[in-house]
Amino acid sequence: MVTLAYLIPLFPLLAFAFLIFFGKRFGDKSAWVAIGASLLSLILSTPFVMGAVQGQIFVHHFEWLRIGSALFLFGFSIDALSAMMLFVVTVVGTLIIIYSVGYMHGDPRFSRFFAYLSLFMASMLSLVLANSLLMLYISWELVGLCSYLLIGFWFEKPSAAAASKKAFITTRVGDIALFLGMLLLFFTTGTLELRNLNHEFLAPFASQSKVLTLAGLLIFGGAVGKSAQFPLHVWLPDAMEGPTPVSALIHAATMVAAGVYLVARSFGLITFFPDALLPIATIGTITAFMAAFIALTQTDIKRVLAYSTISQLGFMIAALGLKGYGAGTFHLMTHAFFKALLFLGAGSVIHGTGTQDIREMGGLWKKMPHTTFTFLIASLAIAGVPPLSGFWSKDEILVSAYESGMPIFYYLLSITATMTAFYMFRLVFLTFFGKPRKEFHVHESPAIMTIPLWLLAIGSALVGLPGSPWMNHFFQTFIEGSHGAEHAINLFVMGISVGLGAFGIVLAWLLYLVFPAVPEKLGAIFKPLYLASNRKLWFDELYQATVIRGWYALSSALAKFDLGVIDGLVNATGIGNLRLSDIQNWIDIHIVDGAVNGVGALTRGFSSALRKIQTGFVQNYLIISFIGALMLLFFELRK
Amino acid sequence: MLIPLEHILIFSTLLFAIGVYGVLVRRNVVGILISIELILNSVNVNLIAFSRSNALDPVMGQVFAIFVITLAAVGATVGLAIVLALYRIKRTVYTDEINLLKW
Amino acid sequence: MLNHLLSWIVFVPLAGAIVILFFPKSMTQWIKWKATALCGFNLLLGCILLAKFNPNVTDIQFLEKASWIPQIGVNYTLGVDGISLPMVFLTLLLSCLACIGSFGIKEREKEYYFLYLLLSTGMLGTFVALDLFLFYIFWEVVLVPMYFLIGIWGGPRKEYAAIKFFLYTLAGSLFMLLGILALYFYSSPHTFDMTELGKIAYSRTFQQFVFLAFFLGFAIKVPIWPFHTWLPDAHVEAPTPISVLLAGVLLKMGTYGFFRISYPILPDGARWFQPWMGVLAVTGIIYGGFVSLAQQDFKKMIAYSSVSHMGFVLLGLAAFTQDGLNGALLQMFNHGTITGGLFLLVGVLYDRAHSRDLNGFGGLGVKMTVYSGILIFFSLASLGLPGLSGFVSEFLCLLGTFQVYRWFAVLACIGIILAATYLLYMIQRVLLGPLNPKWSSLPDINRREIFTLVPLMIFILAVGVYPKFILEYMAPALTALLAKLNGIPF
Repeated sequence: MVTLAYLIPLFPLLAFAFLIFFGKRFGDKSAWVAIGASLLSLILSTPFVMGAVQGQIFVHHFEWLRIGSALFLFGFSIDALSAMMLFVVTVVGTLIIIYSVGYMHGDPRFSRFFAYLSLFMASMLSLVLANSLLMLYISWELVGLCSYLLIGFWFEKPSAAAASKKAFITTRVGDIALFLGMLLLFFTTGTLELRNLNHEFLAPFASQSKVLTLAGLLIFGGAVGKSAQFPLHVWLPDAMEGPTPVSALIHAATMVAAGVYLVARSFGLITFFPDALLPIATIGTITAFMAAFIALTQTDIKRVLAYSTISQLGFMIAALGLKGYGAGTFHLMTHAFFKALLFLGAGSVIHGTGTQDIREMGGLWKKMPHTTFTFLIASLAIAGVPPLSGFWSKDEILVSAYESGMPIFYYLLSITATMTAFYMFRLVFLTFFGKPRKEFHVHESPAIMTIPLWLLAIGSALVGLPGSPWMNHFFQTFIEGSHGAEHAINLFVMGISVGLGAFGIVLAWLLYLVFPAVPEKLGAIFKPLYLASNRKLWFDELYQATVIRGWYALSSALAKFDLGVIDGLVNATGIGNLRLSDIQNWIDIHIVDGAVNGVGALTRGFSSALRKIQTGFVQNYLIISFIGALMLLFFELRK
Repeated sequence: MLIPLEHILIFSTLLFAIGVYGVLVRRNVVGILISIELILNSVNVNLIAFSRSNALDPVMGQVFAIFVITLAAVGATVGLAIVLALYRIKRTVYTDEINLLKW
Repeated sequence: MLNHLLSWIVFVPLAGAIVILFFPKSMTQWIKWKATALCGFNLLLGCILLAKFNPNVTDIQFLEKASWIPQIGVNYTLGVDGISLPMVFLTLLLSCLACIGSFGIKEREKEYYFLYLLLSTGMLGTFVALDLFLFYIFWEVVLVPMYFLIGIWGGPRKEYAAIKFFLYTLAGSLFMLLGILALYFYSSPHTFDMTELGKIAYSRTFQQFVFLAFFLGFAIKVPIWPFHTWLPDAHVEAPTPISVLLAGVLLKMGTYGFFRISYPILPDGARWFQPWMGVLAVTGIIYGGFVSLAQQDFKKMIAYSSVSHMGFVLLGLAAFTQDGLNGALLQMFNHGTITGGLFLLVGVLYDRAHSRDLNGFGGLGVKMTVYSGILIFFSLASLGLPGLSGFVSEFLCLLGTFQVYRWFAVLACIGIILAATYLLYMIQRVLLGPLNPKWSSLPDINRREIFTLVPLMIFILAVGVYPKFILEYMAPALTALLAKLNGIPF
């Protein structure tokens, strides 16, 4: 029965294979294959999730590769963490796929979109279920591939084509770090099994703390790429070129969270060699703060959400770096719901208005009530308004930061939380409230899009409850297992966090609804700050000028070197040989061949004398032979 | 009455000389072929003469002669065929006008 | 027939080539199909070979031995083991597919197929010969048809490319000949038999010199940086199917030489040269990747990527570990299928557009959907996407190297990023973006072309998903080789 878990990723994989080959013939119906497959996965995963909630662990593996003494086992292992991810991926994934039916309606490559989504579901599920780091790495790359294919889904747009390439290559830089970390781990401990990354197993390797700390950091490097952490975050905003359901599924709810999942998976390794914790917390906090700062002034609805995603991922990473294992994973789950909802809401807006620029929107709430209301719920959740899900998880993170003994993290994350509330409600007010700034033929999206919105809204509201004190921190106990920390409620942190969130919301209300002229003036006064935020801290320009230009310059320099120097040497050898052969040729013609020709000339001289005998008349020859015969006879007779 | 061997040898020598003369001086290829026949016939006469006079088995010489006659016929046939082919190409059968053998 | 299976496999193409000579030029259809049928038949024989092969045995199997020139101790010795079997099979597969891919050749077909089959015999012979003399003969037999195939059916600079290829590789094989003669005269009684030569204990200096001589010969063929410049020229000018064989099979002859001759016969020399192999491998990987990124010509780009990918083979060889050797051999096989497929795909595009300028394309993904799907598939395999074969072998190579030369493995990882860069850059320029109106009438890939690519795709996917089935053939022989390298009597 346990082996049924193999079917969880297999169904979407089969759907992918079916759709990529036959999807075109089925047209609009092809979407149902994808939906059916992910529903089946959802149903199949239910017993495993339930079992995990009751504390069971499901394990199964088979031998994938054995080289000498190195053995690689593939299979699955479902514990609390993977059960949570399984739940998130199947539920959110299914809802988003259903939503896509409406969003992608009429697209010429409709069936291919669902094929890619199915492939993504398959890879993501196998990532979540993977029992070993190697299998996780394989799925990790495959979700990266799906991300590449889906960002570039509308590849006729050059910006989409460039964004997909950027996403793949940037994350691959992180993947290489993960790969090396994996090798380091393998050769130090001899295992890649994720279950082994716990303190008991690692105890004998305590002496190799330097190497294993490095391994932990390198594995974290993979998360930096995938979860768009500073300094590899630049790909995620560009990834918004993809269709909006893709942004919701891959670039908000699941794939980008895989980095957080990976760090949580190797939490045993990282905490056993705790030198790695501080860099992780630092990078997480920097990312959270920086991305929130950039999000303040963005005008593209999806880019605001993208930077918000980066910022929230930074929160999760920071939580893990501050030993807040339960907090980080909890936020991962709640974030998946409300961020997916936000993106789908944004998609609904884009679907209805045809623009992504929030400066052109306004007052949409009358015409899009469902979208507005669900979007509002999600925004309240992310801003940390109790009792919605985001409040509980963000509060947990802030508590971890507060208790870490390093107040700087707490301050920065609290400021970030304020900024989060502010930019989210700036977005809400500009988009849905106030006066319409441009005339659109706005229409509410069809039911197939709004129903998933409502379901996700319910999720966003309720999914935080298991982690709340009302339910006795059930989620934290579940995910942290027996050795979880005490979960006392820190009323001080809670109060401050609510206050900061409220402050951000009110500020946004004042600036964008009550005094709409003020933001422009503020922007003029704090011009350097405004520009820094609006231009995304010039990261793209910086990378373009240094890394990318350097990369291409090195490439063309080496190409010239190859053609000029190495090939030049080869050709020079060839030409040198030709010259040498010219000299030899002269010697040959005039001396060596001279001798040969001399012999030839001599022979020719003799023969031209002799050839006169040859007349060609038969009778001449006969006479000669007759005379010869007579002479022979004569000599013979004389004896 | 038996014709002495010497007479027959003188006869065949004459015949041979006539043949050789013909081969060497005739311009017409057909003439040369006929002269070659004369030479072969002189040999035949010799063969039979010797076989009668002092061979262990008189039949042997006659057998040889018949062989030579057969070969001569074959040779003449081939020769005439060549002559015909030659005539087609060169429009002549006179040897002083044919020097194809010259390098 | 089963008793002399290897001889059959090697000489069936030659016999076919001779038969083709007796048919008039005008029967092109007949010649074409006959050559294809022959290659197919040979592939069938290869399958029988595969089925009859016992993967658990480390020794040579299907051994055929006959005295050939007894005066100087030359024997006709053929045989396969786990090292040569994948190469033989790869050669048979690619010969068959490239033969179908040759249907686009429209001039002087009779000569073309004659030379093609001759080339086939040469390649197969190289992989099964166990006598150095015979090996050298087959090695050189490959050169001649290749020279004509590039020189007659090639592109605009075909003469230059053909002569460069011929002279360069010939120069290399002369060094190899020196090495062969050195081994011959060292042994007593004088012999060319590889197995016999492998049992002799040579002095250290002797091994070093002879290893260098062989190294030069093989390095040029592989090609190892900095001996690689004949490759881009030859690839660009060669007709498509010949590029496929050049990249798919000919390059492997060089690395196969390391497996078959340099390593088992000269283990001390190999150990002495080990660090330098690593250095050259890493240089080749990074250098090839960077140069590939700068190319404007589709074929040239893939040619340089071959330099980079063959660097991984060398890296695995330099590791002297179980993983490394397995990875190297598997990478040889995978590079054959992947790069072979990529060249076929370039050919498909070139047949339609008569251009290989990467900057001149754009947006073909809209028009040629099947083509772009397959091109993306092969590109992903080439850039080492897990789940496809390229990943497994590169992973094993790096795994092997990491134990021995940690920094080499780290540097080689730059090559993996580079592979993603140049391949995705290529995809972006060819398939993505707005459709260039110049190409709006290009037809999609046709059935015959798909047929040549599907078997390769199956292998790429199968090896990528479950590499065990192919590694089982290789591992025992490589274990024995490794034991020999490490000086353990086996």
